[in-house]
Amino acid sequence: MTDAVLGTIPVTVAEQVESPARRAFRRLLKRKGAVAGLIVIAAFMLMAVFAPLIAPYDPIATSWSAVRKAPSAAHWFGTDDLGRDILARVLYGARASLVAGAISVAIALSIGVPLGLLSGYRGGFIDALISRITDAMLACPFLILAIALAAFLGPSLGNAMIAIGISATPIFVRLTRGQVMSVKVEDYIEAARAMGNPRWRIALFHILPNIMPALLVQATLAIAAAIIAEAALSFLGLGQQPPAPSWGSMLNSAQRFLTTAPWMAVWPGLAIFLIVLSFNLVGDGLRDALDPRER
Amino acid sequence: MLNFLARRLVQLVPTLFFVSVLIFSLQQLLPGDPALVMAGEERDPAVIAQIRQQYRLDQPVPIQYVYWVKGVLSGDFGESLRNKMPVRELIAQKLPVTIQLGSMAIVIAFLIGIPAGIISAVKKGTAWDYGANLFALWGISTPNFWLGIMLIFLFSIQLGWLPASGYVPLTENWRASLAATIMPAFVLGNAIAAILMRHTRSAMLQVLESDYVRTARAKGLLERSVILKHAMRNALTPVITLGALELGTLLSGAVLTEQIFSIPGFGKLIVDAVFNRDYAVVQGVVLTTATIYITLNLIADIAYVLVNPRLRT
Repeated sequence: MTDAVLGTIPVTVAEQVESPARRAFRRLLKRKGAVAGLIVIAAFMLMAVFAPLIAPYDPIATSWSAVRKAPSAAHWFGTDDLGRDILARVLYGARASLVAGAISVAIALSIGVPLGLLSGYRGGFIDALISRITDAMLACPFLILAIALAAFLGPSLGNAMIAIGISATPIFVRLTRGQVMSVKVEDYIEAARAMGNPRWRIALFHILPNIMPALLVQATLAIAAAIIAEAALSFLGLGQQPPAPSWGSMLNSAQRFLTTAPWMAVWPGLAIFLIVLSFNLVGDGLRDALDPRER
Repeated sequence: MLNFLARRLVQLVPTLFFVSVLIFSLQQLLPGDPALVMAGEERDPAVIAQIRQQYRLDQPVPIQYVYWVKGVLSGDFGESLRNKMPVRELIAQKLPVTIQLGSMAIVIAFLIGIPAGIISAVKKGTAWDYGANLFALWGISTPNFWLGIMLIFLFSIQLGWLPASGYVPLTENWRASLAATIMPAFVLGNAIAAILMRHTRSAMLQVLESDYVRTARAKGLLERSVILKHAMRNALTPVITLGALELGTLLSGAVLTEQIFSIPGFGKLIVDAVFNRDYAVVQGVVLTTATIYITLNLIADIAYVLVNPRLRT
């Protein structure tokens, strides 16, 4: 109980000045690139949520009278090899990409952060064991590991998300471990230990909040990488299964009609590029905004 | 130095052990009876029997692993279920193609990334710096398979300058070989150029603020010689070792790039193997990539210590 009271006092004092989170957010909003990224991400999220309301056509309805039509007033982005409206498919495709980006990073965080905390805080044999397993996973290139996992798990969007999440895990283990190692020698951790806090409590309530900024930056950049990876797996046929729309599989079919219907390749690629660019911009902006040296 | 080398080599043993466990465990992920899944639609009893025998599926999992590792250590990665070729031969056949592609990509990446990084650091805050940073963001955010498709559209379909796909060995006809690989090499090199540019920029910025650069300037040296002789040499050491670690990006990228340009390399091998459910080939490819990566990582570490006398204890 005393612990909780002691824990809240500095927070309220700090809030009267300005909370670190609010300060970081204010500094993030000063960066044009990051703001542009946030706006584009918000726009894509709205598109994904309200796709049924915005989309002019059913994304999987084929039409033999409208096969591979160039962009026009009726079909702004043109139609594909089965006469499906590309705009509708790009709008619905945002769902697969955003969900895959968010869920795979959530998987990576939920496995990677606890392992990193354990490894960095406990040290000794557990640390050595976790570190060597992490090294082994990092030795397999990200996408190759994801492809291998997706191949053995079987092709589906769910399995692609699991495969990408697992492949992204070692980065978070290593980052968390490194951060914990540098934070755990600080005086306030020593103070928390002197007060008799159990180890798990120190790890969760004293160390974790202090390494959040680094994790947040890495998670944002990892979403960008995960979206590209999902598109890549779908491009190879290991992600979202047809006829459900996904940007990667749209690019796959577009490649076969590059001579006659190049617009099929332009829009899904542009969508991937824009959303990935936006997450990278926000990630870079967050890194600068959260960097204490730039205060 | 010897001490460092010994410690580094000892560390490799558990890493390699876990790599082998990881890759072996992949086959445990197969749903249901692995022999039935691997045999594919036909379910030919002879094939199923061969798979059971090859993977020793009638034995407990740890025993299967021991047999598998024994094979791998003696260079036997199993046999491809599709074309009955040893996996080792398949890899040996495809690897040189990817090495050619990768080397060209690395050259392109260094030619673009390092000058761009130096210029943006030296001209920090100017339009040059802005432009180089935009280039880096573009390089990191563009999916390489989309870039490949767009380049094929521009240079092969619209302009007709370069072949859209295919591969000619360097020894057969070097001109045709370069023409067939220059686009995919650029696609691969582009992303790495962006990463190298960022590394170079931050290393240069750090070096340019150091005392010895100030001294060099104070001596009245030309700015050009301060940058090229004093700053660049020191800034590039970490960049080059970091560049070696981008091999993972390169191999990951090769998978999609080779697929798009129909180049019969290492990356296409794993994709074809995935489609053919040729699991022994998938495992062999991942294992080979991991081994190459670990080896290069080790070389980069040693090189870093060799060029940095302060670490040589």
